[in-house]
Amino acid sequence: MAELLNVNDINVYYGAIHAIKGVSFHVDEGEIVTLIGANGAGKSTTLHTISGLLRSKTGSITFDGKNIGNVQAHKLVEHGLAQVPEGRRIFLQMTVEENLEMGAYTQPNANTAASLERVYEQFPRLKERQRQIAGTLSGGEQQMLAMGRALMSKPKLLMLDEPSMGLAPILVEQIFDIIQKLHKAGTTILLVEQNAQMALSVADRAYVLETGKITLSGTGDELIHSDEVRKAYLGG
Amino acid sequence: MSFLNSLISGISLGSIYAIIALGYTMVYGIAKMLNFAHGDVIMVGAYICFFATSRFGLPPLLGVLLAVIVCTVLGMTIEKLAYAPLRSAPSLAVLITAIGVSYFLQNAALLLWTPNPKVFPNFFARTVLTPEGAVFEKTGVELFGGALRISYVTLVTILVNVVIMIALTAFTGNTKMGKAMRACSEDKDAARLMGISVNTTISVTFAIGSGLAAIAGVLFMSAYPNLVPTTGSMPGIKAFTAAVFGGIGSIPGAFLGGLLLGVIEIFAKTYISTQLSDAIVFAVLIIVLLVKPTGLLGRQIREKV
Repeated sequence: MAELLNVNDINVYYGAIHAIKGVSFHVDEGEIVTLIGANGAGKSTTLHTISGLLRSKTGSITFDGKNIGNVQAHKLVEHGLAQVPEGRRIFLQMTVEENLEMGAYTQPNANTAASLERVYEQFPRLKERQRQIAGTLSGGEQQMLAMGRALMSKPKLLMLDEPSMGLAPILVEQIFDIIQKLHKAGTTILLVEQNAQMALSVADRAYVLETGKITLSGTGDELIHSDEVRKAYLGG
Repeated sequence: MSFLNSLISGISLGSIYAIIALGYTMVYGIAKMLNFAHGDVIMVGAYICFFATSRFGLPPLLGVLLAVIVCTVLGMTIEKLAYAPLRSAPSLAVLITAIGVSYFLQNAALLLWTPNPKVFPNFFARTVLTPEGAVFEKTGVELFGGALRISYVTLVTILVNVVIMIALTAFTGNTKMGKAMRACSEDKDAARLMGISVNTTISVTFAIGSGLAAIAGVLFMSAYPNLVPTTGSMPGIKAFTAAVFGGIGSIPGAFLGGLLLGVIEIFAKTYISTQLSDAIVFAVLIIVLLVKPTGLLGRQIREKV
């Protein structure tokens, strides 16, 4: 499998705080890779650095063969990178359909109808609610909308930041079902999660992030059975 | 009849406030800053239109068009040079810069165009021949045997305001750029992740607001034709008040706030006191903000967690 994303030795600072300390990892085409770790380990910071909202002082980020370390955030969508941000960050005052249209902002207008059709097929619930103001959706529906919105640009890599956050267990299962379906349909996924159990159960490979450093890596299966991971993240 | 007369004058003045308030409210909604130089863009627009028509003899419509173009470019230039470098600066720094730009524009106008007042032409006067053969300037229509007099300026102002509001609502509701503006006003980082260029969006917002300021400038000058370099500050402040009154960040709020402010101001002048009218206008604003701090149509600003 070809390498789609390569993150090589990035260091990110928030003022004087050294948040990411020399993190390197890669995602191959067709994989689900997960970054797990406790709150504050630097998972979201890593994603934001890849998507250009934050900058690394060192190292490089290569996506689909191009160095994207200095590309502005809003230009990355055109390169095939989409992020579902933590806390969903949908546009609460806009309708469901308008939110999806924003996901297709970089696409030619002529493609929008077909993309909407495709996303509605993946998320029938969104179609039922297409004229509704997004702020009135339930948490699970909002997560679906955030994912649907990201898929509107037909990304080569979908980055999901804590998709299970704040959702009831049954909805978490639903969201992970959808993630697996998207994966089967050929989408490459980089998944950031605190819910290590769920994340490892769907991931091909995983990295453990602790206070800004990668401390462990392996296949999802290996890590789910690793003593260290069990103790730290899976409750013994 | 005097009630109806006042109401119509109030709506007309309020329409001008509403058009100016759009510039404040849209820029605030998207760039989260108060552009205190906005009032002075009105003044620049008025001068451009004045010189184009009175000195260079262009037809009024071309004069207005030229003013709109100059102000649009001016607004975008101000944004690029003065505000864009401060995108991540504290809001106080941006505010002080905006006040600085306002003084800069007023003093540049003083140097360029001197403090001597210019009398703005009335584009809406029609030359009429009476049956007796006398020539006079007709500036409005008279109804009910002259009891109700509505000037053409008033009619055009109200009409232009309605057209602008409809056009802007259609723009923000139906076009890709308009929707992107709403997305940016809600969440800039999320908008960036969609591939929306926040800088371009802010630039377009300034362009629209400043172009509208030029139109408002021409309308204001047509009603109050005394043009000096500080002409823009008072309507600017009133329109800012109107934007806050209606709920800053909200386009219908600017419309409602502007109209109400204009009507209150004229009623205060007619029935209470001309000297106290501004005090009454601002007192109403204070009362509204005490009861509803987000303004009449403002949304509760939710802190993100």
